[in-house]
Amino acid sequence: MNVFGWIKRSGSAEVARDRLKILLTHERTSGGRSDLLGVLHEEIMAVICRHFTVAHDQVQVKMDRGVAMSKLAIDIEIPSSQGTLVAPSSIK
Amino acid sequence: MSKAKVLVITSGKGGVGKTTSTAALGAGLAQTGQTVVVVDFDVGLRNLDLVMGAERRVVFDLINVIQGAAKLPQALIRDKHLDTLWLLPASQTRDKDALTTKGVGTVIAELRQKFDWVICDSPAGIERGAMLAMRYADAAVIVTNPEVSSVRDSDRIIGLLDAKTEKAERGEQVEKHLLIARYDAGRAARGEMLRIEDVLEILSVPLLGVVPESEEVLRASNVGSPVTLCNGAGAAARAYYDAARRLRGENLPITISTDRKSLFARVFGRRVA
Repeated sequence: MNVFGWIKRSGSAEVARDRLKILLTHERTSGGRSDLLGVLHEEIMAVICRHFTVAHDQVQVKMDRGVAMSKLAIDIEIPSSQGTLVAPSSIK
Repeated sequence: MSKAKVLVITSGKGGVGKTTSTAALGAGLAQTGQTVVVVDFDVGLRNLDLVMGAERRVVFDLINVIQGAAKLPQALIRDKHLDTLWLLPASQTRDKDALTTKGVGTVIAELRQKFDWVICDSPAGIERGAMLAMRYADAAVIVTNPEVSSVRDSDRIIGLLDAKTEKAERGEQVEKHLLIARYDAGRAARGEMLRIEDVLEILSVPLLGVVPESEEVLRASNVGSPVTLCNGAGAAARAYYDAARRLRGENLPITISTDRKSLFARVFGRRVA
């Protein structure tokens, strides 16, 4: 094997391309192109608040980024005094 | 109703060739007979005047016009080579907060009445100056180097063009073009540099042109002349001129040319970033 063959095979451009693809997939969904987590947080808050009184920081929305898949974790803390569901007024 | 087109030259990352590209595309369009004004948005760090060789003729600037200290015609500087090319410089001294959304909107609207093309040279970053440079754009040229940080920042800028411009807020699309600068075909062929296809696949923006890494770009800025106006036009000048013609709607095949010299330069260890 000559030296040129070796150089060709050891090119770093392929690594650059793969790293960029993975990074940008994440950035486009969580942060970069849209404030996905912020939007989710607001929408979940709106739904929860129809039934319970919860503070803004009692609803946590987190995204764990992985290479093959990501995990969306939603943690809602409800004070024990509000344990029973309140039916919305529109439902009789 | 004016038929003017407002074009922003942007990148996110600094040092990729926005100002060089603004001057070269502006001159290229002016060479095709269009009336062109290039506007420097880099308040505090202006350089378009220097690259265009007009640094000693700056009297008033964009901020003076926005604040009413000067009328627009007083601040416009005509290019010394081309009758149809004009420059509106940025302020070197004022605070960048002096740029206001309303003020910039008024100036751009007035420029639309006077010129066929209004080309806004964006500062690096995604702060106020950069956001206002793209704010009123009909079209954008995203300047990218085939290198990871530049491509990432371009992706971010593309997202902002789709969300934070007046056109986007009206539910329309800013027309986007990708200009790959500082490309070295040899290094890409050897797998040392991202290939054009890689960059296009990642960014999904149509290609406007490929400007090769070239000595003539530095030479042009040394003497203060847009690269398309330099004597003995080389590969970079041709690439910019063709890109300007494509902006006008001409359907030219994209060729990736290099200066003949560059082969020897490569062999003898020319420094390439």
